[in-house]
Amino acid sequence: MATRAKKSPARSAQTSAIKAPKPIQFTKEQELEAYRHMLLIRRFEEKAGQLYGMGFIGGFCHLYIGQEAVVTGMQMSLKEGDQVITGYRDHGHMLACGMSPRGVMAELTGRRGGLSKGKGGSMHMFSKEKHFYGGHGIVGAQVSLGTGLAFANRYRDNGNVSLAYFGDGAANQGQVYESFNMASLWKLPVIYIIENNRYAMGTSVLRASAETDFSKRGISFNIPGIQVDGMDVRAVNAAGEEAAAWARSGKGPMILEMQTYRYRGHSMSDPAKYRSKDEVQKMRSDHDPIEQVKHRLIENGWSTEDDLKKIDKDVRDIVADAADFAQSDPEPDPSELYTDILL
Amino acid sequence: MPVEILMPALSPTMEEGKLSKWLKKEGDKVTSGDVLAEIETDKATMEVEAVDEGTLGKILVPEGTDNVKVNAVIAVLLGEGESADAASAPKAANAEAPAEEAPKQEAVAEKPAASVPAAPKTEVAADPDIPEGTEMVSTTVREALRDAMAEEMRRDPNVFIMGEEVAEYQGAYKITQGLLDEFGPRRVVDTPITEHGFAGVGVGAAMTGLRPIVEFMTFNFAMQAIDQIINSAAKTLYMSGGQMGAPMVFRGPSGAAARVAAQHSQCYAAWYSHIPGLKVVMPYSAADAKGLLKAAIRDPNPVIFLENEILYGHSFDVPKLDDFVLPIGKARIHKKGKDVTLVSFGIGMNYTVKAEAELAKMGIDAEIIDLRTIRPMDIPTVIESVKKTGRCVTIEEGYPQSSVGTEIATRVMQQAFDYLDAPILTIAGKDVPMPYAANLEKLALPNVQEIIDAVKAVTYTA
Repeated sequence: MATRAKKSPARSAQTSAIKAPKPIQFTKEQELEAYRHMLLIRRFEEKAGQLYGMGFIGGFCHLYIGQEAVVTGMQMSLKEGDQVITGYRDHGHMLACGMSPRGVMAELTGRRGGLSKGKGGSMHMFSKEKHFYGGHGIVGAQVSLGTGLAFANRYRDNGNVSLAYFGDGAANQGQVYESFNMASLWKLPVIYIIENNRYAMGTSVLRASAETDFSKRGISFNIPGIQVDGMDVRAVNAAGEEAAAWARSGKGPMILEMQTYRYRGHSMSDPAKYRSKDEVQKMRSDHDPIEQVKHRLIENGWSTEDDLKKIDKDVRDIVADAADFAQSDPEPDPSELYTDILL
Repeated sequence: MPVEILMPALSPTMEEGKLSKWLKKEGDKVTSGDVLAEIETDKATMEVEAVDEGTLGKILVPEGTDNVKVNAVIAVLLGEGESADAASAPKAANAEAPAEEAPKQEAVAEKPAASVPAAPKTEVAADPDIPEGTEMVSTTVREALRDAMAEEMRRDPNVFIMGEEVAEYQGAYKITQGLLDEFGPRRVVDTPITEHGFAGVGVGAAMTGLRPIVEFMTFNFAMQAIDQIINSAAKTLYMSGGQMGAPMVFRGPSGAAARVAAQHSQCYAAWYSHIPGLKVVMPYSAADAKGLLKAAIRDPNPVIFLENEILYGHSFDVPKLDDFVLPIGKARIHKKGKDVTLVSFGIGMNYTVKAEAELAKMGIDAEIIDLRTIRPMDIPTVIESVKKTGRCVTIEEGYPQSSVGTEIATRVMQQAFDYLDAPILTIAGKDVPMPYAANLEKLALPNVQEIIDAVKAVTYTA
């Protein structure tokens, strides 16, 4: 990694795909932080699924279960003011950015205490305070927008980077490549994070993508890319640190392909018949991002089962509180129908 | 406390389903994420996953049961040390029982629908007074637009312009002439030919509080970017509950130029006027172009600013003032009259002004209203005029169906029906893609004679 950093910015295709940095060992504190954050997302999403089943959450609801290490590891490599933008599978990103579980859950139930006052829903939430720019329901739109966030950082020369998350499906949209071109041309501080969970709704990457190594998708634009084990929060964090340093130093964008997996269907109404139960079970039992951290915490003697149960209870309490709030908070006042259309 | 496992809804429309199979037995240990059962909906077979941990205490709905209502209790999950007997008698033990305890119904569905609140009315200020003795300078629309941008860029360092050929080429239509020299490449940004992408980049920058002016070489090319304009720029303020929006201007020529045929000759006034969250401005004169573009750049909302290639070279008097800003949303009475109201905007005003001169010779005193802004539409000014004249003709170059004119006609009919002495007639471009041949192109566009004929018809002076 150090040797590559010394090279001049890649001008040839061969140097565009670069090797993933070795996962750094986490300290006890980092492992515990990652464990807690990932568990919060997991439990939150399970509860969201439950509330959906009970009819409290309407419309589309895309759960992040299985992919928790991606946002958790990336967030650990950011500094204050760095922006995050993503697509419709966004609950995990918002929690990772520090947005309130109550606010997210109440938005899912369409209540006035929701982050968008109940007017955005699952796919459309924002937080100026936490530098989270949505939550976008149009596949791929967030890539141009995220490039615009980086443009603004460059315009202001503020030293911040923006993170534009999108999936393996969105990676085939045209505006993604329009954005790659401009970001590289103008050396914009943006990290493109392709969350490759292997399925664009029901279409596997093999059936949708001529090049399934998404880290190579920037080759025509001289954007380096790294393939990352997105189930290992340490690997994600190491790649995130490298990409953030790269973008912050004025070298332009970097692509991180996070190889990850979603355990649930595309949305709540997806029976996921396009993949075998064995495939899902194997990912859950062999690669679960949370179990990996848990295993290391116990193996290293850093935590006991009881310590972790305590964290689990804390997290469940936070989620239960969010769920209670989201069910009891009133719906928006009818007068909100006509607010926030124009300033 | 034992946890009740409910029949889940797995799509926005599901009300009941078949519990086809239990994958766990009573007494089985369950951890969150385990698949408990399979259910069939009208669309698919789905799995019910456990959310909580414990032991499956009692199965209340046996497999193979049809028509299990959403939210019916289908099983009871026991925590450590709890027994199935301790679980209180289930409230909805079989599928036939109505799910009246379901919180969904209480919480959401059963409330009487609130009456729809009235849309708020906003007052728009009148044009600023131009002090007596102000020098009027003959200016082309092109220069007026350039001056407006330069003045606003001097005033606010957050304003920048991006688009194809805006910098080194000095603008495909020379609207940005000289801006690169004055403001440099940081604020006058040449983009690749990539409308969808750079529109999105502009919106993203605006979401952080910058004030982009995105120039489209023509609005025909903005079709590539229309998703970012509508789904991102126009809707973000609402979707974010007012936290962030897109304070920016999308501008460029719209409508027919000359002999550039179907793909380059289309008016977008009606298209964008459909969208809540946008303002749509379409000036005719150089003074309006300047004053309204300055207002658009300062406006905290996304503004679609529709120019016209043919008008770029036309000269009009522009008041020489340090800061000439006009209100968005206010029509301008171009010429007062009493016999008929002619409503137009943009290049449509060219035909209208010529028709009015002919009508005057025939003794018909027409009032001309230049809408200037298409959204929000200044209907009060139109209604005031129609109350006086009792007759109205609209003129535009866009296609006839769902046009700006039909919108005006609808609103005047609804709000001033009793004042009308004749049906409102709408003059528009013909309902055809723009042809290339000179004679056909001329036929496809509105013409002065059509306006005269329409006025004769509504004034019964055939």
